[in-house]
Parts: sequence; C-alpha cells; structure tokens
Amino acid sequence: MDITLPILILAIPITMFLVLGIGGVKMSRKLAGILGICGLGTTAVLAYIVALTYYFSGDANFIIDGVRQQYQVFDVTWLAFTQRLVVNIGFLLDPISALMLIVITTISFMVHLYSWGYMEHEPGFQRYYAFLSLFTFSMLGLVVATNIFQMYIFWELVGVSSYLLIGFFYKLPSAVSASKKAFIVTRFADLGFLIGILILSYYTETFNFVAMTNNPAAVLQEFGGATFMGASLLTWAMVLIFTGGMGKSAMLPLHIWLPDAMEGPTPVSALIHAATMVVAGVYLVARMFPVYCVVDASLTFVCYVGAATAFYAAVVACAQIDIKRVLAFSTISQIAFMMVSLGCAYDLPIEGVHYSGLGYMAGMFHLFTHAMFKALLFLGAGALIHAVHSNNYTAMGGLRKYMPITHWTFLIGCLAIAGIWPFAGFFSKDEMLAAMFNRHWFWGAWMMMVAGLTAFYMFRLYFLVFWWEENPHYKEHKPHDAPWQMSVPLIILAAVSFCCGWIDFGQFVTWNGVPYHIHIEWVKVAIPSLIVAICGIALATKMYMKKNDLPTKVKDFWPTLWEAAHRRFYWDEIYMFITHKIIFGIICKSIAWFDRHVIDATMDAFATITQKASYAIRGMQSGSIQAYVLWYFFGAIILAAITWLCLI
Amino acid sequence: MDLSMLWYLVPSVIMLVCGIYGFITRKNLIAILISLELMLNSADLNFVVFNRYLFPGSMDGMVFTLFAIAIAAAETAIAIAIIINIYRSIGNTDITEINKLKY
Amino acid sequence: MFGNILIWFVVIPVIMMAGLGLCRNSSMNAIRSVMVVCSTVLLGLSIWLCCDFLSLRAAGVDDEMLFTGSWMWYAPLNIHLAVGVDGISVLMLMLSSVIVFAGTFASWKISPLPKNFFLWFALLSTGVFGFFISIDIFTMFMFYEVALIPMYLLIGVWGTGRKEYSAMKLTLMLMGGSAFLMLGLLGIYWHSAPEGGQLTWNILEISHNASIDPDWQKMLFCFTFVGFGVLGAMFPFHTWSPDGHACAPTAVSMLHAGVLMKLGGYGCFRIAIFLLPQAANELAWIFIILTGISIVYGAFSACVQTDLKYINAYSSVSHCGMVLFAILMLNTTAMTGAILQMLSHGLMTALFFALIGMIYGRTHTRDIRQMGGLMRIMPYLGVCYMIAGFASLGLPGLSGFVAEMTIFFGSFQDADTFHRIFVIAATCSIVITAVYILRVVGKLLLGPVQDKHHLELTDATWFERLATVTLIVCIAGIGCFPNWINETIQFSFKPIIAAIQGVI
Repeated sequence: MDITLPILILAIPITMFLVLGIGGVKMSRKLAGILGICGLGTTAVLAYIVALTYYFSGDANFIIDGVRQQYQVFDVTWLAFTQRLVVNIGFLLDPISALMLIVITTISFMVHLYSWGYMEHEPGFQRYYAFLSLFTFSMLGLVVATNIFQMYIFWELVGVSSYLLIGFFYKLPSAVSASKKAFIVTRFADLGFLIGILILSYYTETFNFVAMTNNPAAVLQEFGGATFMGASLLTWAMVLIFTGGMGKSAMLPLHIWLPDAMEGPTPVSALIHAATMVVAGVYLVARMFPVYCVVDASLTFVCYVGAATAFYAAVVACAQIDIKRVLAFSTISQIAFMMVSLGCAYDLPIEGVHYSGLGYMAGMFHLFTHAMFKALLFLGAGALIHAVHSNNYTAMGGLRKYMPITHWTFLIGCLAIAGIWPFAGFFSKDEMLAAMFNRHWFWGAWMMMVAGLTAFYMFRLYFLVFWWEENPHYKEHKPHDAPWQMSVPLIILAAVSFCCGWIDFGQFVTWNGVPYHIHIEWVKVAIPSLIVAICGIALATKMYMKKNDLPTKVKDFWPTLWEAAHRRFYWDEIYMFITHKIIFGIICKSIAWFDRHVIDATMDAFATITQKASYAIRGMQSGSIQAYVLWYFFGAIILAAITWLCLI
Repeated sequence: MDLSMLWYLVPSVIMLVCGIYGFITRKNLIAILISLELMLNSADLNFVVFNRYLFPGSMDGMVFTLFAIAIAAAETAIAIAIIINIYRSIGNTDITEINKLKY
Repeated sequence: MFGNILIWFVVIPVIMMAGLGLCRNSSMNAIRSVMVVCSTVLLGLSIWLCCDFLSLRAAGVDDEMLFTGSWMWYAPLNIHLAVGVDGISVLMLMLSSVIVFAGTFASWKISPLPKNFFLWFALLSTGVFGFFISIDIFTMFMFYEVALIPMYLLIGVWGTGRKEYSAMKLTLMLMGGSAFLMLGLLGIYWHSAPEGGQLTWNILEISHNASIDPDWQKMLFCFTFVGFGVLGAMFPFHTWSPDGHACAPTAVSMLHAGVLMKLGGYGCFRIAIFLLPQAANELAWIFIILTGISIVYGAFSACVQTDLKYINAYSSVSHCGMVLFAILMLNTTAMTGAILQMLSHGLMTALFFALIGMIYGRTHTRDIRQMGGLMRIMPYLGVCYMIAGFASLGLPGLSGFVAEMTIFFGSFQDADTFHRIFVIAATCSIVITAVYILRVVGKLLLGPVQDKHHLELTDATWFERLATVTLIVCIAGIGCFPNWINETIQFSFKPIIAAIQGVI
C-alpha cells in the first residue's frame, strides 16, 4: 500500500490543530468550523479508503489464504534507546486498527458536524475545533501504533486532549477540577502502564506488537521464569499494562474521573468519553491479546475487574439524576462488558473445544456497535441539554412531543443498548454472552444480570426524559428540536445503530485473522438475554412511564442504599480523603515542613554558628594597642619561661 | 668603686617595666608617649652598658644609642604633633575616646 | 589562538562587556543593541559550531574531542587554556546561547542600572561558556567560579524579596561546594600521572593515564561529586535553590536554572565519573539514594508551595535530581537521558522563569492564591505557561517526555533489585509532577478571575513573545525529533562508558 494515505490520515488532523490553534484567534468562527469539518471529513474519507482497502482488496499484504495479516505500512525510527530497543513511529494495519480507523473517523466527523450547531454561541469556538483535531490525531496515532511505546506516546496525547476538552469551559471551577482529576487519575494509571512497558521491554528487548504477538511463547521464554512476590514477572508486566487500560477505560477503582469528565461539552463526551478514548483500554488488551493468553492469571484479572466494574456501574447508573452521568456510568458498564468478554476469550481448549476467538471477536464487535449507539445517545443528550439548558432529568419530562427527532433516535439508541432484536446491541451482546457462557456459566449469568440492569436504567432515563410528566417550564421556554447540523448526525447514527448488527463481523475481525462465522445461539443465550432485557424494560415502564409514586416508594424502601448508589458508593469521598488529607495534608506538608525547618535550618545553622563564633571572638581584635601590648607582654613572659624551663 | 654591670641593668629593667606598665594602663596619650620613651631609654642604656663592659674595643653600641635617641626625638615630635591635632579635633587626649576609625 | 572557533565563545561575551562599558547608563537603546547583537552572534556561532561538528562527525572524524587547542597559561603548575568539545558540550553551548538570547529579551526593561546588570550578566555567560569549552580542569574550575560570583550581585542588587539573604545563602552554599570541588580537583591533579610523570590538568590526558589508585579515587569522587552536586541541587544541598531562584531577577533565574545548574550535572560525569571510574562504580549507590530522594522529595515539596517561583525551584530540584540519578546509572542510555534532561530542563525552566517574571511584572504578586483566571486576561502568556507545564510533566512531543523516557528505560537496564526500586520510585515522580503542574495551571490560569484589578492587565509584548517563542521552538524541536540529538550524545559517551567498563 502506498504510504501517502496513511501519512495524510495522521497529518491532516495535526495540521488542522496547528492551523486552528495558532491562527484560530485571527479566524472567523465560520471559517474555523468549516476548516475543522472539512479537514476531518477528508481524514474520514481517507481512513475509509484505507480500511476498506484493507478488508476487501485481497492484496497479499493484507490477506493470505483467507487469513488476515498484520501489515506495517511504514515504521520509522523515532528514538533509539539502545541498539535493540528502538522506538518507532509507524502505521500498523490489521483487523482491529482498520476497525478503529472507521469508528474514530465516523464518530469524530459526526461530532465535528454536530458541534457546529451545539457550540455555535460558545466563546473559544476555534480553540474547540483545534482541540478536537488534536484529539482525533492522537487517537488515530494510538490505534495504528506499531509498537507499545508509540501507543504510550499517543496514549498520553489523548489524555492531554481529553484534559483540554473537559476543561474547555475553563472559567467554571467544576470543569477545571474535573479536567485535573481526569488527567491525574489517568496519569496514575499510566504510571502502571509505563512500568509494565519497562518490564516487558527489558526482557523482550522489543516494543513491536507484531514481534510480540506473533510469538507469545517466545515472550514467555525470554522472561525465563523470573518472579516477583509470588507471581511471574510477565504476569506483573501484563497486569501493570492493563492498569493503564483500567485508567483510560475507567475500570474500578480508577473510574472516578469519567463521571466528572461530563463537565466537558456534550459532543466531546460523545466522542472521547463514550466512543473512542475510553475504549483504548479494551483496544490495548485486544492488541496484546496473544501475550495475555500465555499468562492466564492476567487475563483472569481482566475478567474480574471487568465483572466488578460492570455491575457496580450499572447499579450506580440507576440512581443518577444527571442524564450525562447516567450515560457515563452506562459507558463504564459497557466497556467493562467488553473487558469481561476479552477476559473470557481464553486461549485454551475447554472440554476439547477451542473457544479462543469468540470473546475477542465479540468484544471488538461490541466496541464497534457501542461506539455508534453510545455516541448517538450522548449526542441525543446534548440535543436535550441544548433545548432545556439543564443536565438533570428533573428539568425534562414529556419531551417526546416537542423533540420528535431526538425522541426517536434516542429510543433507537436505548433499544440498541438494551440488546433488543434487531438492533445492533443485540448481536454483539449475544456473542459476548455466548463467549462468557462458554468460559463458565457464572460469567454468563452475572453479565446477563448486568444486561438486565442496563435495559432498566436506560429505559428509566428514556421514560423520565420523554414521558413521565411535562415540565411546567416549557410554557415559558418551549423546547424544540436541534438545528440540522445536530439532527443529521443523530439520524445517521440512529440508522447505523439500527442496522450495523447485521454485519457479519466475524469475517472482518478475529484474534488470529481467520474468519469466524457468527451464528446466534437462540436457545441457550439469545432468548434468555432477550427475556432479561424485556423484563428490565417492562419494570422501567411500570415505574417511570406515567408519573406515579412507585419510584419514591422504592427509594424509601431502603434509603441508605439509594443514597449510597446516588453518591456512587462514596468512591470520590475515599479518593478525596486519600489525596487531600493523606497525600497533601500529611505527606506533602510534612516534607515541605521538613525541608524548611530541618534541612534548610541546618544550613542556616552553619551560617549562624559561624557568625556567632566570630562575634564571640571579635572582642579580641579590640584595636586597643594597650590590650595588644598586654597580650604580647604575657606571651613573651610565657615563652621566656618555657624557653628557660627547657634550657635547664 | 668598680661598679658591676648589674648596677646598670637593674635600673634599666625597672625603667622598662615602668614603661610597660605605664603604656598599658595610662589613658592619656601624653603619658603613653612618656612611657614609650622610658622603654626606649632603658633599651638605650642597655646598649651602652653592654658595649662598655663586653666589647670595650668597639663603639657600635654607643653609635647605635645616639642614632636611636635621634630617631626617638623625631618620633616624639611627630607623635606630639598628632596628639595636638587629636586634641584640637576632639578636645581631649584620652585613648578610649579615640575610636572614630574603628569598625 | 583566535583561529579556534571555541575561543570566540569566551571572547564574544568579553567584547559584549567592553561594548556595554562604552555605553552610557541612561542610553537603554545602546545597551540593548549591544546585548542583542552579541547574543545573536553567540546563538549563530553555536549553531554554526553544531553544524560544523555534525559534518565533521559525519565525515568520520571520531576523536573524543574536536576543535581542540591548548595554550600554556602557567607553566610551573602545567596549567593550560585547553579547549575542545564533544557532542555534549556542543549541545550545552547551544543551550546556553539560546538561554542568553532569550534572557536578553526577557530582561528588556530591567531597572535600575541596566548597564551594570547586563555587565554582570555578560560576565556570568562568559563563565558558563568558558566552562563548557574547557577540557583543562583548572580553567574549568576557574570559569565555574567566574560564573558563580556575579550571581551574588545580580540577586543582591536586582532581586526581589529577601534578596540579600538569598544571595548570600546561594553564594555561600555554592562556594562551599566549590571548596570541596577544589580539594577534589587538586587531588586529581597530584595523581594525574604515574610516579615521576609530568602532572597534568588535561582531562583527556588524565583519563588516558588512569593513574589514580582506588582508595584515592573514592575520596576524590566524593569531593568532586558533592562539589558539583551542590550546584546540581542534590539533596540535602539543594536549599539554596528555592530561596535563590525566588529572589533572583527573571533573566538570572533563567540563566541559573537553565544553564548554571547544568554545570553541576556536566561536571559530575565529565570529571567525577570519567576521571574516577572505579570509585564511580563502587560509590554510585550512595548518590543514587540521595538523588532518588531528591526526585521524589522535590516533587512532593512542590505540591504545597504557594509561590510560583518556589514551585518551580522545587520542581527543578526534582528534575535535576533526575539528571544526576541517570548519570549514576552508568550506562549509555541513562546518561544520554541525563543530557536530554539537562537540555529539556534548561529550556523548560528558562521558559517557566521567563513567564513567571512576565506575570509578576504585571500582577506584582507570585502567590497563586491571589491570582486566577489569567488565561482570559493574558491568553498568550497563559498558553505558553501551559506548554511549559506540559513539557515539565512529560507530554509527548515536548522535550520532557523524551528525556524522562530515555532515563527510565536506560536506568531499568540495571537488573538488580536496588536499582529497580529506585527507578520505580523515580517513575512515580511523573504523577506527582502532573499533580503540582495542574494545580498551578488550575489556580493560576483557569477558573474565575480572583482579583478585579487584573482585568486591566495586558498580554505579552513583542520582546516577550520573541523570548518565549525561541524557547518553545527548541522544546518542541527536541520533543518531536529527538533522534539526532540522541545519536550525538550516545556517540560522545563512548569514552566515558569505556572508562567505566574498563574497571569492572
């Protein structure tokens, strides 16, 4: 493949960033918006060309005997640490990176278009587009990384773009602290990632994904059974690398930044905190998947973390008032779903059957469908917020009559996420659940329960916003559907969410490139999961469709639980305590005190002692000749006496 | 009567000690100057005595003494001049008062 | 003698001083023109030197030092004015000239006594340049002292706050360091040749002779390392840095944190490790502990400071700790990282101090609690501050990332538990750095405006923009295209690594 297109895919967004970032001040808003949208549109077209060429051209670089290959379009040296440990910047095409190219550019383009309407009156419009371009560049660089260090580089860059975009409304203290929190929490996770890379690269002496994943057994061998605290060092490395993913993908206990990240503009939440950046953790595990497979402990760890997070986030989502927070927790829960799916795609024959690829394929499939319908839901939420100027569902209700487009598209999104046939979420969730059941019935059952909760809280949200009771404020300020820049993306995404489940995904993305034919196991998985989802929806309908006092009764039945769920089980308070009270209050303060009052005081003490001593002996240098003579006289006598004594 | 050397040296020592004592304890510049002269003279006396008794053949000590007396006279003149100037500027000749150039 | 390009690095600052001497104190324009012309010439000269150097290397000239020259200065002690550069010195010269250039523009409106300020400033740069071109340890030491003394007056006269105290503290502590250093250097001199040979101060000859016996090496290593370590703000000898930087005027902070602190790191590997390799191998662990403490300790201390300059000074302690830490790892990658970190930290702190100076010049306070929302009022300075902050917390694409990663990956090559623990502790600093940088950015630049009077303030002027843009371009340049610098440095480390491996 010609390297021009891949280079352009990366070059256009970063150029746009520089142009809009440096020249944006002097530009009109319209020009900046058009530039941003056109730039991203071009990138999207190019990305589609590259991805579709990869999937369909049948080129020998991409597919050999029906097996999809990993192909490095280019890979140039960026920094050579040692002779062998060299950081390259490159462009890797393989099933998942091509998939991500499509996902990122599609959602990003939709968001660019949508923002034109949504952000129209905000100051700093040009800056906003610049940051969006920066983010798109970093995310594209992340997914096409040929080596883990390149991934780390872009991993940091997406972190910063996320920081800048969350803090876009920088005059609001809440936005500032949310952005700070997001950055620091993910930074902390990246520390684990970095240490993981340090360990891994020390033993394998390479950063390259292809080299590591094509021969995971060799990786295991290079570690040579080194252990640390009971676990093998490779397990440690893989778990630490996954820590990075936990941070970015907001897994328990590093999830706390994502709900706060909703302080950013809503289109940004759709792009970064729902569809693309937060799935980077899933992508990372998928990228290193063969290596994870040879150390089953780390994959099991992924599974446990995912399962716990999925349940936790689903429960919390049931008790939120802010619609964006509901969606945020829903995102956390869905990403955890993908994690569990990957964790269950364990490469060992179970009862003689090789189930390895299913969970991987399903996880990626869900990543794809989830990106579409979650972006749709967020953009829908944006349209709602745009209409009523509040994030809370208490300011909404009965909106279906006022905002028909938003209503229908939102409903499609809800049905898709709840996993109702024939919407996209049904197919991907079905495959994931099948993979989990194959691994162990517990994972399947557990996650099916989470799926039921998902259906419940999504429809709770849907009914509270669009049904329930009409809000009296509408009389003063009548809500209406959004302008075309915002509606068009909604409709496109709704159409995609409606039908993208029918794609025979296994033909495109599998862990080893060998196509896999998806077949829906109706009896064992699909029908039970449909029943669970419909039960969830039915419960939500009963409770929230018409205004009634059932929700209040449920709340009062066990108020502490509701309060705890509403306060997200006090994770933020715990973190606040650790960071502010312990780290700032005790560690930092005491070190600063120690520095001033012990170290510095010691240095000052040297000076003070010298000064005091010189003051003390200063009297001897009185300048009075008589005193000197006296000293001299006695000195002479003493010397004489000594001399005399010595002589006799 | 043939005087031994001791008869000259003892007064000389007494003179020197008086001079030292005066130099250390006096506060008046004139008194200090006088004490200084006493010490100088005791040294001169020693020169003469040693020359006379130990090296009667040579005249070095005598010449040196004359030279020292001449120098002492010049020195005293300068010292007196300084003292007079100090007296004019600060009104007395007490050395504890003369500390303007100190520190 | 004047045919050697390196001599001009010392001659031009001297000409600069002469030119300033001719100016009248009141004619600001004349003073500025002299400074701008000379600092531009220096910058041009250093770029020329760099190109020349790289083309010579490309042509396959692989001597340890290029452009060497040696002129007898004081025959009885065999002191020469010996000059020569390798890749590292070339980069350091470039760094210094960039910072002198930026510093000139950052102190465009210095008062009072602009002429005297720039005279001392020029003397300071003479010392710095002289240090980097010397390969004779006596002249090196002399230039080191030349660079130290003007600092006292620059802080004491043009500083702010408790300037007399800080100036005295800084000078005395650094002088104390150089007392140790002098002892170490004399010791090296007296053992510089085998029994009966001609004693020498020349670094290359000393390393070639390798005649210092191990017991002496240990003692001398401690003396020289501590001596240079004081200047490199090594724990527990770092306390001059917060006070000194806080009180110094902008350009002096820039030059001091940007270049002078690098003298410490440079001396550590050029003298302490290169000439005393055996002791370095045996005693490195002591200093790894101290510098490891510096890294984390500095970062934690920075978290609770409220004065912008104190935050930056403690962050310098942390970053410079990283330099010494990496040097002590004694392998090519880590040491390369150390040099990258010197460059990166030099540019980045210079930028920080320049910006702090500019902000202070407008708001007349450096207390972050009294400021807020400056991004809205002075967007240019705000953006620059954020870029500096991102460079400091290691954002890819800016220099800090490249340096830190090279250090971490290099340091991790030592496979024993002791080194591993300290490397992992050092990596933790990336999180703490993020905490204090974002804390400052959040309080200072973002959020609501704290003080209504600040709304009337203006954004950067052209000379301030020039100063900051110069530094930002360098920071981004290193961050985006690090490999040529990396290769240059790695090549230059060959003799040092050979010396270390020769004794294992």
